[in-house]
Amino acid sequence: MAYSDKVIDHYSNPRNVGTLDKSKNNVGTGLVGAPECGDVMRLQIEVDENQVITDAKFKTFGCGSAIASSSLATEWLKGKTVDEALAIDNMEIVEELALPPVKIHCSVLAEDAIKSAINDYRVKNGLEPLVEAKSHH
Amino acid sequence: MLKLPIYLDNNATTPMDPRVLEAMLPYFTNHFGNAASRNHPFGWAAEEAVDYAREQIAALINCNPKELIFTSGATESDNLAIKGVFEMYASKGNHIITATTEHKAVLDTCKHIEKLGGQVTYLQVNSEGLIDLKELEAAITDKTILISIMYGNNEVGVVQPIKEIGQIAKKHGVLFFSDATQAVGKIPVDVEADGIDLMAFSGHKMYGPKGVGALYVRRKNPRVKVTAQMDGGGHERGMRSGTLNVPGIVGLGKACEICRVDMESDTKRIVAMRDRLENELLQVEESYLNGPKNQRLPHVTNISFKYVEGEGLMMGVKDLAVSSGSACTSASLEPSYVLKAMGMSDDLAHSSLRFGLSRFTTEEEIDFAINHVKEAVAKLRELSPLWEMFKEGIDLDSVEWAEH
Repeated sequence: MAYSDKVIDHYSNPRNVGTLDKSKNNVGTGLVGAPECGDVMRLQIEVDENQVITDAKFKTFGCGSAIASSSLATEWLKGKTVDEALAIDNMEIVEELALPPVKIHCSVLAEDAIKSAINDYRVKNGLEPLVEAKSHH
Repeated sequence: MLKLPIYLDNNATTPMDPRVLEAMLPYFTNHFGNAASRNHPFGWAAEEAVDYAREQIAALINCNPKELIFTSGATESDNLAIKGVFEMYASKGNHIITATTEHKAVLDTCKHIEKLGGQVTYLQVNSEGLIDLKELEAAITDKTILISIMYGNNEVGVVQPIKEIGQIAKKHGVLFFSDATQAVGKIPVDVEADGIDLMAFSGHKMYGPKGVGALYVRRKNPRVKVTAQMDGGGHERGMRSGTLNVPGIVGLGKACEICRVDMESDTKRIVAMRDRLENELLQVEESYLNGPKNQRLPHVTNISFKYVEGEGLMMGVKDLAVSSGSACTSASLEPSYVLKAMGMSDDLAHSSLRFGLSRFTTEEEIDFAINHVKEAVAKLRELSPLWEMFKEGIDLDSVEWAEH
């Protein structure tokens, strides 16, 4: 199966690889997937007092599409408010990266990672976890 | 000058040896006759070429040339052997013994046999991929008609104790079929010494053409017969109808002859390169050899690089053509069933790469492969949350993963 140019670009030059200080209250961390499933994504956001995401970092264990999906997600997250970030749908990632049907789960995982990071941020700041992770099978 | 990408997936298929192509060419054009045409020189030339190929093949596996049935490849040979024995020996019994690490062409055929009312025992393997001979013997019942155990495994290269299996089969009066697709032409295979009654192999795994293979069917001690799976002109002693693929058969014959003559020198060179590749890659931190160090095919090594996913790694080594035990291509994300059957955890199975060398692999290519893989593993570990956690001393088994 051939990868799209955008997947290859994100895989070869991944954006925002790294680690934020998860002990900080304004950092939310999402860790989704499982090693035995062949993909694990960790996505982190740093949020300012205006609910704007000022930084986002990721690390991913997975195939090229999983790496590209999370790299793209961090690009999209930066500068968005938390509410705007919640609206990111996995199908937008599928479209942007031209993922084939067998790789759609990579985009679902990226959406889960975003929601999971936001939830972590909310819980840390005394808010109710608002969103349920999308279940996917 | 190194030509990229480098092909190290020779367990999937091998390039054809130019000497094989040369032998085949006249049989597409000048000598195009049907080997079954008995009444003119066109047919005679084709038949003569087929007979010569039979001798070349027979010499490689130490059988009688008449004991070879030409097929379209190993998958057809597997089907013909298993289904053909099941039908032919129905009055004797309906039980077949095989192993969980067999090729899909054997496993899926056995599943088909089960649907037809047959009984199949699937033997487990140990961590090196070997079956247990005691378990094999204990599984034999008075209904057992066939033992189907592959010679060498396509994913990790483990070579089963074929001679011992042959002896057990003989002792209990059970037929022994071996899918030897990865072994024939690579290591000495001798159906007499090994006590094999039926054996499948294919041209394109030993520098021959695709679309041609053979099934060895023993004619003496005991005389074995299989029920044909295709109806037609009754070619190949009635066991496989269809006009013979003369150029393909000529190619298979030539490929076998070259393998027989060059095996010793080829193997020596290939093993040295394989071992160098393997030893270098096993120096990478948290890398593991899958399968046994010994009792293995000479041209394959299968290595897991922990905390890096195989498919992602394959994309990182884009200048190498290799294969991975990780299949991130379905919702279930099932890793290799062979590695899993060997007791390997899913995460390590997802981290595996298989390298298959050939007689055309060069030292220069191996040098390149070593560096390329090392760099890609290092790069992907920088990206891997699991690697970071491992380096922080977190026990990954203690993490509650959000399974999906």
